[in-house]
Formats: sequence, structure tokens, C-alpha cells
Amino acid sequence: MAELATEKHVSYILSVEKRKDNFESVVMEHLRMSGAYWGLTALDLLGKLDSVDVEEVTSWLLSCQHESGGFGGNVGHDPHILYTLSAVQVLALFDKMDVINVDKVTNYIVSLQNEDGSFSGDMWGEVDTRFSYIAICCLSILHRLDKINVEKAVKYILSCKNMDGGFGCTPGGESHAGQIFCCVGALAITGSLDLVDKDLLGWWLCERQVKSGGLNGRPEKLPDVCYSWWVLSSLTMIDRVHWISKEKLVKFIIDCQDTENGGISDRPDDAVDVFHTFFGVAGLSLLEYAGVKPIDPAYALPVDVVNRIFFTK
Amino acid sequence: MHGRPRKALKQEDEAALSAKTQKLRSLQAHFLANHHNRIYSKEALDVSAKLLEINPECYTAWNYRKLAVQHLLSNSDSDPHSIFQDELKLVEIALRKNFKSYGAWHHRKWVLSQGHSSIDNEMRLLNGFQKADPRNFHAWNYRRFVTELMKRSDEDELKYTEEVIGANFSNYSAWHNRSVLLSSLLKRKVEGYFPKEIFLKEEFEHVHNAIFTDPDDQSGWFYHLWLIDQTVKTDAPLLVSSWPSHGSNITVIRDNGLHGCGLSLLNGTLSDTRTLPIILDFNQAVEGINSSTVSIKSELLKEELVWKPLSTSNSNTAQVWVVYLNLGNMELQQSKTYSVDISIGHSKGIVSSNENHYADPSQISFKVFVQTASIEHSEGQGGKKTTWKHTNFHKIDHFKESDSIISAVQNHHIPTTSNWHTEEIGEEITKFRDLLSDYDCKIGKLTLARLLTALDSLSSQHDGRISNTEEILQLYTDLMKLDPTHFLYYKDEHSLISLKQITSTRDSLLPYCHYYKDATETITGYVSLQLQNLSLSRLGSIENLLWVQMLDLSHNELQSIEGLEAMQLLSCLNLSHNKIGSFTALGPLRLVKSLKVLNISYNELGCHSVDTTRYLCPSPLSHTEEFAWDRFEILTGSVSATKFWEVFLIFGSLTLTELNIIGNAVADENFRSFLVKVLPTLKWLDDEELS
Ligand SMILES: [Zn+2]
Repeated sequence: MAELATEKHVSYILSVEKRKDNFESVVMEHLRMSGAYWGLTALDLLGKLDSVDVEEVTSWLLSCQHESGGFGGNVGHDPHILYTLSAVQVLALFDKMDVINVDKVTNYIVSLQNEDGSFSGDMWGEVDTRFSYIAICCLSILHRLDKINVEKAVKYILSCKNMDGGFGCTPGGESHAGQIFCCVGALAITGSLDLVDKDLLGWWLCERQVKSGGLNGRPEKLPDVCYSWWVLSSLTMIDRVHWISKEKLVKFIIDCQDTENGGISDRPDDAVDVFHTFFGVAGLSLLEYAGVKPIDPAYALPVDVVNRIFFTK
Repeated sequence: MHGRPRKALKQEDEAALSAKTQKLRSLQAHFLANHHNRIYSKEALDVSAKLLEINPECYTAWNYRKLAVQHLLSNSDSDPHSIFQDELKLVEIALRKNFKSYGAWHHRKWVLSQGHSSIDNEMRLLNGFQKADPRNFHAWNYRRFVTELMKRSDEDELKYTEEVIGANFSNYSAWHNRSVLLSSLLKRKVEGYFPKEIFLKEEFEHVHNAIFTDPDDQSGWFYHLWLIDQTVKTDAPLLVSSWPSHGSNITVIRDNGLHGCGLSLLNGTLSDTRTLPIILDFNQAVEGINSSTVSIKSELLKEELVWKPLSTSNSNTAQVWVVYLNLGNMELQQSKTYSVDISIGHSKGIVSSNENHYADPSQISFKVFVQTASIEHSEGQGGKKTTWKHTNFHKIDHFKESDSIISAVQNHHIPTTSNWHTEEIGEEITKFRDLLSDYDCKIGKLTLARLLTALDSLSSQHDGRISNTEEILQLYTDLMKLDPTHFLYYKDEHSLISLKQITSTRDSLLPYCHYYKDATETITGYVSLQLQNLSLSRLGSIENLLWVQMLDLSHNELQSIEGLEAMQLLSCLNLSHNKIGSFTALGPLRLVKSLKVLNISYNELGCHSVDTTRYLCPSPLSHTEEFAWDRFEILTGSVSATKFWEVFLIFGSLTLTELNIIGNAVADENFRSFLVKVLPTLKWLDDEELS
């Protein structure tokens, strides 16, 4: 089998960080904060985070913060909980949490919790269990989880549980691997995994593996590298990851590499992007691929970063 | 980001793309300037519209549109209807560009919620969109939003799912929505949908069409499993097992020495807890077990008892609850019989997580005898080393009364169910046997295995016979070959069925039970359960094993011991030669306060970079436990626990006297010396006596 083209991927990620001229980077301009998180975390997993100028990244990152405490996806864009988590995750990677006012960021997130325990993405009120995860993950990293009503937040997530054991965006919403990662992750961080029907959900998740070895995000859909992360991390958190074939999945991810120019795509021979490059590397990490650092399945950060946050006095 | 081919563009395409990029960049810059300067002129609005038509994902532009709407509405002569109409038009164009744009869908919801637009048009638009992409979950979500807004009935929506499925059964989204609608109708007890047996038969028919048309298409699989579950499961929680079991006799040894009393069931040298656990095991997690819902009458009761959920999580629910009768400070009279009467659920308050109330008030009565004996306490409690050698165990020909073994048969009664459950499952079994006779498919085999399991559990509630086990085991064995990708899923299921078979009756348990030799020399002797070398990858049927004090699970393939925490009498556990890959996998043992002897030699501790039980074990990561820094600092002198936090969490809360850990990647000298510090009670490590 071919191997992971680590060097190529590192230079691909570094080049994406710098490139601002092509169509893709303009279309993705509004979510550059998440792009930074994907790229930098992938670099860290590949052991190359030191090839980045920390000062440059943090000063740009701070210029995306708003008076409300929330972060926008890029300079000039509105604050949103999505990019607030990405910003906090990037700072966690660099162990630079001291550059922000933690209470201010906390207040922004706390202000987004609704009466029913759910979270809005920003002041415009879109509700989604993705935002529940983000709020919980972000506050936990900041050691401020006690500032929200966790019990209500958990109750809302459970109201989105389906007959297949999975979770949707809002009550009644169809199960989707990305959404399942968010809900299982939020329940993991709040110590509530006993409320997940692990065997039922585990079966649904392990049946995401299709003949090619790749994972899809919903029944009868095409496989896609990004689900290597969402399905695998969920299976890992509920201790059912042995129910799929790891070898086949490794092969699928490796087959999605661009071995010439670096980067990983959604499916073999598609165009690469930093999003799928991160999720491919993160998937390989959960598959214990040699040379890739272990990633934490709930916080989506390298295990050493998470352990530093929680196990250093 | 999805589905774009990886190839270099032709030169003319390159040029076109470059022009497009230029245009988009200038639109973005122009838009952001307008946004920051709060310019909401017609021209400025056009810029944002053009931007969103090209890039509907640009969330800030949707936000700007909302601000613009608010600004325009604040003019006294504004026409709200036309303002919102413009927004709906823009959203429609954006959705045609990108059907999956969260921002566009939410903008539409926001507009509708403002109340100036007609919702009639929404159904028409949705029907068109959903025809084009019948699996789009944004559209389905929006559909639920609109139907609620226009108060369309669940029955009408159920008909819509029928149409969609009729057109193409391969639509998981529609099956999913059906389960949502039926659950809601059932919950509201709508006529024609309550009780559930009214609609289940028809639904089974419905989903057969899907599964039997193409057994490899997953669209109906999970719906069918849901129907089986609806048929078999009782909503109200039930007590399935207890220790002591109803009608049992427990002998307690009163020790003439200084050590008060211990359970006779335990080897006198091992027991020092001097408490008698009472364990209640339900068929699902419940909350509300306390002295008002469970009352205990006994002379042995001197203080108010606090029930504890056996759970590693923050929720106050658990399937298994325990209380400890403290006998340590009591003047127990020799040869006297104390009776204990427990009544469960006579007053309301025991509730399952889906808010069903316990509805089966029941009684457990047992007797406690007191015997006196002097127990040698040379070398303290852990003077003797436990050996798991075969020669130390004696075959048992038949159990004695005092062995206090419980099995599935003696478990607490379960109210009889009416016949429709069994009939329905029986019919399904016939159908799936027919399917398999035509086509050898995995879903056929798997469903048949599940149906037979369901049938056995229904019939065991009546007469205790488990009749289909061999066939179920064979089906899982076949599945391992038929679908090797999910080999370990089937193997885990296989293990669960094997354990169910072993623990179903006292007779089936007998070949696996042995007397421990050392124990026979003491007063009563105790039974060791020997489940080694059974190729088990998973534990189950723990409700039949609550009595176990010595358990040998060595030479299996266990990577988890989930559920073992219910064995509150367990004092010796052999897990050697398994596949335990992390310390957190031993988390359940932290709840087993009676555990003294543990053998986890020859496992995979330290072999894995990924810990699959990291979030199932209480720790600061999941906010289930504070880290005991004070103790950690005293033990190690360090303020960084990143290396040994799991070892500290697990072993720091155990009071083991013997531990075997040799044969694991992690077990070097450094590690062993840390262990000795964390476990001050330890007398033996890897068969070496500690000085
Ligand atoms: Zn993808």
C-alpha cells in the first residue's frame, strides 16, 4: 500500500495558509479561522507545527475578535460561535490562551444559550446541536463550563436523539455523522455518554463503511474522507471503533491523497482542500497510523494539547 | 469542497476563473465596506445580493441583509410585504446555487418568522426542491418548520412520507421522518395510533417491501429494527435482578477477632468491608431510587440508607443501584436469623430516562444468618496469595443451598406480556426465513438472529426456556464470514449470546463453577466462576452474575469490561491474556469497592495511542471528577499529571492487595514504582511480596 505523503501535505497546508489569490481561497475567505484551525491542527498531528509563525497567526486571530467577545471567520466578518471555537482551539494548540480575555469570550458564548438549553450560532438565532457542541467544547477548554446550564444543554441534545440512536440538528432532524459527532462529543465532555444508546448508534455508525473502505455520513450516500473523522471519533468515544475495518479505511484515505502536490480530497481523484486534508490526517490519527500524533476524539485537538489543558495544575 | 475533479484547468477556463475570482473579491470588499458603514441603499443591497448569488455561504452577507431589512422596516412608509418578498426571492436563487447552504435556509426561516409573508408558497417550493433532492436534510428540517407553522397534521405528513417512499423506497430520510411522526402520534395517544400494536403490523408490511426489494439497500434496516424494538420493549422500567435474590439465605460470619464480621460468601481473609450490599438491576436506566421509593424493613437497619447509582457519569440515572448495609458496628447475635424485607416502587418516583414510571411494585425478602468463627489474621488481610492455577479449583457436582447462585431463571419476575408481541415476532421470523431461502444476505441473517433473540427473551419471561440459542450463535458465526468488515460487531453479539446461554439456569452455570481450594479449608468455601478461554470479546448477562465473588475471565479477547461494576461482591478478578488496551478501560472497577485481587497481566496496556474508553471513565476531561492534585503532588512531587493521570485515577481509588500487571508494554520499573506509591494497600505485585 502507498504511504502517507507527510512532507507533501505539510507543504500543501503551508501554501494554502499563504495563498489568497485563487477562487477557492476567495470563496472560503469568510471561514479562514476554521481553515487556520484545520491546517494548524493537521500540521501539529504531523509534527510540523513549529514551521508556523505563531506571532503572525495570533495577531491576525486577535484582529478577528469583536467587542462582544466572539470571533469572526476573518477580519471584517461578523462574530459567530463557529469561529470562536476555532480561534480558541488555535490558541490551545499554541498554548497561548493568555492573549485573550477568557471571561469575555465566555460571556459571548454564555449569551447564546436559549431558554430550552439549546445554543444559537450568533445573535440571529439559528439553533443547531452543532452550536451546543461548540459552546460546551469551547467553555470546557477555557475551564468555564460551569457558566452555562449544562443540565438543560444536555436535555436539549437528547431531544434530538432519533430511532437509529443518532442525532439531528434540531428535534426531529435526521441523523447525520457530523451531527452525531457534535452530540456525542458534547455528551462526552459533559460526562453524559451513558445517555447514548451505544450499541444501536454503534451499529448505525459502523454500517457507514462502504465496500471501498470509506465511510459515508448517512445511509446510501457516497463515502467521503471527512466522515473518517466524524464517524471514527464518534465510534471511538463510545468504544465501538473495532466494529469497522481499520485497514480498509486507512487504504481509502491514503487513496485520496494527491501524492504529487500534497493534500487530501473527499474521494480518490477529486480536488484536494485543507478541510479534507485535516479530516484525513485526523482519521489516520484515530486509526493509529504510524507517524501521526494521537488526536482527542471529543475536543478534536492533539491528545498532548488536551492533556496539557486538563492535567497540568 | 465536494465532488470537484482533481485536474488542471484548460487555459481558457483558467482565464475565466481568474476573472470570476476578481469579480468575487471586489464584491466582497465592496460588501464589507457597506456593512461596516451601515449603508443600506438600493445599490448596496444589490452588491450583497450579487455576492450571495455567487457565494451563498458568506454568512456575514446574510446578517447584513437582516440588518438592512430592519433598517428598511423602520421607515414609516415601507412596505413590509415587498421587503420580505425580495429576501425570499434572493434565498430561492441562493438555494438553487447551493442547496446545502445553512445561511440561506436560516435566512428563509428568519423571514418567515417575522410574520409578513405567506407560508402557502413554501410547500410548493419545498415539494419542488424535495423532488429534485429527496434526501436533503436541510429541506426536511425546513419542511418540519413550515408544517408546524401552518399547523399541518402529522397524519398528512405521514401520507407525504408514504408518497415519497412509494415513488422510491430507497429514501432513509422519509423512513426517518415516519418514525418521528409515529412517535409523536403515539405519544399524544392519537386515535388509530395508540396503543402501538394498531400500527405496528402495517408498518412491518410497509418496510418489508423496502427490505425485500433490495436487501442490500440500508434505507429500511434501521426502521425495521426500531419496529422490533417497539414490539419487544416495555416502556415502563422493570426490575430484572437483585442481590440478594428473593427468598435467599445469606450467612454472615461474626469474627471473634477484632474485625467485626464479614460475609461468609467471601473468603474470610479477603473480606474486610463488613458491609452487605443490596443490588437492584433494572432493564433500563432509572432515576429516583431512594428511601421513599424503596423501603427496607429490618432489624439490621440502624441508619438511613443512601442508594447509589452505579454509573460513571454525571447523570443521576443508572441501570444498577446499590446500597450498603453496614454491619460493622452492630451487636449481631449468634445463630439468630434476621429478615430483610425490601419493597420497591410502592410509591411513585422511579422513572426511566424517557419518563416512564416504574409500574411493577414488588417485594424482595431474604434472611441473614449469623455464624461465629475465628479467622486467622496473621500478616493482616492480604497475607495469602491468590493463585489462579487449575489445581486450586474443584469441580462442583451440584450446588449447595449456601452457594447462593442466581441465574436468569431465578431472577425477579417480569409481568407477563399479552400474546401479540410473540405473534408479531413469530410472523417476522417466518418472513425472514422465507427471504433467506431465496437470497443469502447479511441483513436477513442479522435480522433473523435479532428476532430469535427477541423471541427467546419474550418466552423466557414465561417459562424460562431459551430455545434458539444454537441457531442464533450459528447465524452470527455465518455473519462473521459473510461480512468480514464488521467481524467484531458480530463477534461481540456472539459473546453476548454465549454468556446468556451460560448464565440462563443453575444447570447451565454448573460446569463453569468451581470451589476455590483455599476457601474449602475455611468455613464455608466459595464459588469461583471460570469463564476463561471462551473467546469472549464482550461481557453481558451481568444481571445473572451479581453473586460472583471470584471471576476468571482470562484468555479471552476482552477490550472492555463495561457492565462489570454491577458485581458488587467481586473480590478476585482474573483478566490476564485479554486485549485491555488502556487503564481507563478498567474504570468500572472503581465502583467495585470489594475488589482485592486483580490480574491484568498479558494485556495491551501501553500498546495503543488511541484510548477508546477515555470518555467512558470518570475524569476531568468529562467533568465527572476533579483531579486530586493534593494527593498527586504528595505522591509524585509533580504538578504535571499528563503522563500517569489514568493510572492515578484508576488505582488511586482501589484498595487492591494483589496485582499482576506483567506482560504489558507499560509495565517498566518506573511505572511499577509509581503503582506501589498509588496503591498503599498492595501486598503482592506480580507474584512478588512487597516489603
Ligand atoms: Zn467531505
